[in-house]
Amino acid sequence: MEKTIANKTITVNEEGYLTNFAEWNKEVGEALAKENHIDLTNKHWQVIDYIQDEFKKESPLSIRKIGKSGVVDIKEFYSLFPSGPLKTATKIAGVPKPASCI
Amino acid sequence: MSEYNGEIRKMMIILSKASIENVYAAFVLTNGARMEGIEAEMFFTFFGLEALHNKKMEHLHVATVGNPAMHMPTMIGGLPGMEAFATHMMKKEMEKLDMPGVHEFLDILKASGVKLWACKLAMDMFHFTKEDMYADIDGIITVGDFYKYSTGIGTHMLFI
Repeated sequence: MEKTIANKTITVNEEGYLTNFAEWNKEVGEALAKENHIDLTNKHWQVIDYIQDEFKKESPLSIRKIGKSGVVDIKEFYSLFPSGPLKTATKIAGVPKPASCI
Repeated sequence: MSEYNGEIRKMMIILSKASIENVYAAFVLTNGARMEGIEAEMFFTFFGLEALHNKKMEHLHVATVGNPAMHMPTMIGGLPGMEAFATHMMKKEMEKLDMPGVHEFLDILKASGVKLWACKLAMDMFHFTKEDMYADIDGIITVGDFYKYSTGIGTHMLFI
């Protein structure tokens, strides 16, 4: 479905994840973060950059991997993106929801 | 009027077994709850305590006897070395899935905000002390304590 956010029309799935990463930009990311009640800090952006890099490398994400990323540890990841960090962070980053269980 | 819509808000997961498949099932379900923004606490009782025991946690085995899913006759499953072999195979598969070892998994759970409780009665029964256990457990508690911590709308309990 289509959705207008930050003066841009994006296509999202029924859970609100972008279906075309090319439609993402920083303003879209900011607006999606606001929808999820998160004010983005520098640290958030570092995590988002990391997630997008991994997505571009087609490398699957997991909590364990985030913890080993060197960008953020698991505890901080949970405090940056409370209530479902991997789900929320990928949504803001404009990449698909990870299918990982760990 | 309550606005509770039936969502799961907290999982209380009881681990009573020490075979590797049960321990990992409990860990994955607990971690999966946190990943969904659901609170989670674990209660380790009876053989489940081995998953918290420093000297035992990395030596858990898959059950080859009495486990129909192994698809081998019970007599074969009981042969010396069979359990070690099956465990080795399973660990190899889990490694491919990027599954952490038991100690690292406990670290991940703690970092994710999971509370880890050891059962007092079982600790006494096995003569385990707090020093024997994973350093970051939240405490050694009674069943009554565990029920008290489970209070709240949307709490679910799971016994493994």
